[in-house]
Amino acid sequence: MMATPDAERPLVLTEEEKRRQRIRSLAIAFALAALVVIFFLVTIVRLSGNVMNRPI
Amino acid sequence: MTETSAAIAAETAGPDTAAQGALRDYLVLMKPRVMSLAIFTALAAMVAAPGSVHPVIAVTALIFIAMGAGAAGALNMWYDADIDRLMARTALRPIPRNKVPPEEALAFGMVLSIGSVFCLGVLVNWTASALLALTILYYVFIYTMWLKRRTPLNIVIGGAAGSFPPMIGWAVATGGVALESVLLFIVIFLWTPPHFWALALVRSRDYERAGVPMLPVVAGKDHTRTQILVYSVVMAVAGVAPSYFGPGGMFYLAVSALGGAVFVGLALRVYQRREGAAADRAARALFAFSIFYLFGVFAALIIEQALGWV
Repeated sequence: MMATPDAERPLVLTEEEKRRQRIRSLAIAFALAALVVIFFLVTIVRLSGNVMNRPI
Repeated sequence: MTETSAAIAAETAGPDTAAQGALRDYLVLMKPRVMSLAIFTALAAMVAAPGSVHPVIAVTALIFIAMGAGAAGALNMWYDADIDRLMARTALRPIPRNKVPPEEALAFGMVLSIGSVFCLGVLVNWTASALLALTILYYVFIYTMWLKRRTPLNIVIGGAAGSFPPMIGWAVATGGVALESVLLFIVIFLWTPPHFWALALVRSRDYERAGVPMLPVVAGKDHTRTQILVYSVVMAVAGVAPSYFGPGGMFYLAVSALGGAVFVGLALRVYQRREGAAADRAARALFAFSIFYLFGVFAALIIEQALGWV
């Protein structure tokens, strides 16, 4: 298959694209950290309820 | 802050606040005002529902309901970017301003949609999750892609999408669907047409230019005024119903009855004033009050529960 001229050229991001990429990466990192905290807190809440109500 | 003022603020921001501007563009993409209405009505239903929800579960549910509503907004802006460019009210949205590429908006909306539905199901319950999925699918496929550009009934039928949040909130608290939550759905469902038609009366040229068949464009302003009045009366009656059959008490009855009477009064003014600046003022007044009405009746549910008046 013939390579197109665009495919031969290495991808060089502009300053604006780099800045957007950095902001997006930070936002994704923040969202993932927030998800970890939410899953942890909900697990504790659900677990503690079940521990209290377990048959002895 | 409105979408337009947020967009202008982002446009005029210096390079040091460029990061904030980019984040603000994504926030605008999520339609924060629609999102706040979804959060608030879901919260009210959650509070008014029988039983109790652990605060951590409640906050978690609200986060993912907000995410789901924002996802639907982003997908709507992705699909409607072509007509958004043509209307003054929407021309400053992030995609028409080339601040967010359409493919990024699509990916953003898809990831948030799938993520919010999955997380709500895993962390809260699958009934609430299914209702959230239905809300997103209904808003994107039924309203945005199918009805909006085809029929003047677009916001009558499509309005159901914005009516689901109280049912989701109720499902978060109880794990199911009940008559009470359906009544709250009906209140928002009947509120949507007069709310949007009041705006469409003022913005009809915008919709005409974009080829969106809103009722004033297709059937004329006089017919729209009649429809606004009819829907307002039916909505005012339905608005008090939750105090008889549903979660509302006497305080809710007073707020909804008074609010409904003012709503109908303003709709009557829209019906009577048909020419010039007075007609525009009447439509704007109804639009502004309609937002206040909806927040008022759902706030009444929260206040009653908080003060133990039920």
